[in-house]
Amino acid sequence: MTFAELQQFILNTFGAEVILEAKPDGLQPYLLVQPERLSDICLELHDNPQTYFDFLSCLTGIDNGPDAGTMEVVYTLYSIPYDDHLTLKVQVPRNNTPEQAMPQVPTVSHIWRSADWHEREVFDMYGIYFKDHPDMRRILCAADWEGHPLRKDYVHQDYYHGIKVPFDQHNELNGFKGEPQLIIKRENEQFPDMREKPE
Amino acid sequence: MNNLDKTGEGGVVITKLDDLLNWARLTSLFPMGFGLACCAIEMMGAYASGYDLDRFGVIPRASPRQSDVMIVAGTVTFKMADRVRRLYEQMPEPRYVISMGSCSNCGGPYWEHGYHVVKGVDRIIPVDVYVPGCPPRPEALIGGFLQLQEIIRKESIRAPRAVQQIMAKRMAAAEAANQESA
Repeated sequence: MTFAELQQFILNTFGAEVILEAKPDGLQPYLLVQPERLSDICLELHDNPQTYFDFLSCLTGIDNGPDAGTMEVVYTLYSIPYDDHLTLKVQVPRNNTPEQAMPQVPTVSHIWRSADWHEREVFDMYGIYFKDHPDMRRILCAADWEGHPLRKDYVHQDYYHGIKVPFDQHNELNGFKGEPQLIIKRENEQFPDMREKPE
Repeated sequence: MNNLDKTGEGGVVITKLDDLLNWARLTSLFPMGFGLACCAIEMMGAYASGYDLDRFGVIPRASPRQSDVMIVAGTVTFKMADRVRRLYEQMPEPRYVISMGSCSNCGGPYWEHGYHVVKGVDRIIPVDVYVPGCPPRPEALIGGFLQLQEIIRKESIRAPRAVQQIMAKRMAAAEAANQESA
């Protein structure tokens, strides 16, 4: 099926209101769909013998930044028997402060098992919560990590478990002061590795 | 009489206890068998037949309880930092640390924007020898071991390093307490 036929297929099955925007040109044509209907659309695209999108190639999170105030999740679908590609997008409002509720997107992990860890990674990196996901935990960062690192306004914490996070002229001020004296057999100058003295 | 005849008589070697202990330690440095990133590949290359660290008495051990030296070979993430510290604490004295590669020396390419990387393993555990490189060649790691041997060669049981470190820490704490009360 071509992109236009797939768009028509979704229109006929779910009604005109589910497709918020269609972009048929460009390198990767996509459909922007309603977040609430996403899992229904995906299930139909997966199960229907006409489409049979049995493979979720990729699941991506995008942060459009605090000014735009939105976040996106991109689903790259592929049908192995028909050799068809389709890209779906959902857009959700972004929480600019941690007090606001996390953006929510329905899970597709019950349709494609590969979405399970992909959604956990998007949750870890962007702070998008996937509703009805069986195991919505961080996947890469430590469980007690603060913040979501790939957000545009991410500021990392100063200390993690008592370890200083930023570099902050660490070697000059705290740590490495040159090789031990008994190796170099002379008095340590303050900056023995001949680097310029920091300001 | 042929000098090469093995009579079993007169076999006496006199040495200092310091020298004997240091010799025994520096010729049997058992590292802990663990690696964190691509530096570990070079470390394995150094263990393998091409460079053969066995000839320096360097044989990887499977447990921190049996190890003398820890090679921090690779990127230390904050998630791994607690584990690295615990492994170090499980090693018996005397223990040494070789920091292998730019990542564990100072954060390496992640020094500025790597939110997840500890900017130098010396923020967690004391380091004896830093091996530069990204990743260092096996020759460089062998060089690191030779430097560590030089450090051990100059040690003395009259001034054991572990005790000195503990004393220095206590002195610093006492001084801080004094200053606070004053």
